[in-house]
Amino acid sequence: MSGMETHNGAMPGADPEDAAIEPALRDFRASVHAWSDAEFHRVRPAVASAPHRRAWRRSLAWVLSLAISAGMVAAGVEQRHHQQELARQAQQRQMEQQRAQAEQHARESEDLLARVDSDVSREVPSAMEPLAQLMSDPEGK
Amino acid sequence: MAAGTAIEPMTMATAQEIAAQEFAQVAATHRLQIFRFLLASTRDVDLAETLTQDCLMKAFRSWGGFRGESSALTWLMRIAINVQKDHWRNRRLQFWRQTRSNAVDVDEASEWLPSGESSPEQQLLAREKVGKVWRAVERLSGRQKTVFLLRYVEEMDVSEIARATGLSEGTVKAHLSRALARVRTELGGSR
Repeated sequence: MSGMETHNGAMPGADPEDAAIEPALRDFRASVHAWSDAEFHRVRPAVASAPHRRAWRRSLAWVLSLAISAGMVAAGVEQRHHQQELARQAQQRQMEQQRAQAEQHARESEDLLARVDSDVSREVPSAMEPLAQLMSDPEGK
Repeated sequence: MAAGTAIEPMTMATAQEIAAQEFAQVAATHRLQIFRFLLASTRDVDLAETLTQDCLMKAFRSWGGFRGESSALTWLMRIAINVQKDHWRNRRLQFWRQTRSNAVDVDEASEWLPSGESSPEQQLLAREKVGKVWRAVERLSGRQKTVFLLRYVEEMDVSEIARATGLSEGTVKAHLSRALARVRTELGGSR
C-alpha cells in the first residue's frame, strides 16, 4: 500500500492534466470506500436467508428449465402428430381419388360393353336378309 | 537421558493451528480491502461477499505456499483477481444467469459519498463527478478496470499492481494511461 497521497490529496507522479481530474478521482475513491465500509459493517439479518434465497432461485431456474424443456418436447410431439395427421389425410384423399377413378373406369367399361352388345344383337347377317324381308312382308305371300 | 528429548517436537497439528491463526489475522486485516476491490469491480454486494469468501478460502488452502515474496495484500489481491476471472468465465457458460444480476447501476453507486462538511451543492457536484468516473470505469476493459481500481481505489503503486496482476510494470502503466484517458474524456464536460 502506498499511502501515496500528498498533503493536498494529489497522487504523486500525476501530470498537470491529471491534476484536473484529481478531485473527481478523490471523490470516486471516497465514494467507493464509503459504500464498501457501509456494506461491510452492515448487520445482515438476510445472511441466514441468503442461501435460502439462492436455493429458491436455483429451484425456480430448475422449474423454469423443466417447463421450457417440457414445452419444447410437447411442441415437438404436437408438430409430429400434426404432420402425421396431414400425411394420413393426404393418403386418404389419394385413395378416395384412386377409388373414384377406378369406379369411373369400371362404369365406362360397362357402358362400352353394353353398347357393343346392343350393336351386335341388332345386326343381322347379310345372307339371311332376303328371308327376313320375306317374313316381314305379308303381301309377298 | 538424551538432551534432544527435553525439547518436545512441534506436532503437525500444532503447526497447522499456528498457520491457521496467522492466516486468520491476515484475513481479518485485509478482508475489507478485498471486499472493496471486488465490490468496485462488480458493483454487486452479494457477489462481492461471495467472491471474498471464495478468495479467502483459496488463500487459506495455499497459505502454506506463501513465502512472503510480496506483501500479503498483494498476494490476496492476486487470488481475488483470479477468483473474479473464474467467476465471469463460469458465468459465461451459464447462459440463463446472464440475464440476472444484482449489480447496482452507476447512478445508485454514485449516491455513496462520505458525510463531510461540504454544502449540498458541492455534494451534488461530487456525485455527478463520481457518476462520470463510474461510467468511464464501466467502459474499460477487464484489465484496465482492475488496474485502475487497484491504483485509484486501493492506492497500490505500479509495482504492487504489476505483482498482483502478473503484468509488467510497463503494461500496467499503459493500462492506467488508457483508463485515465477514458476518465478524462468522460469528465470533459464537467471541467
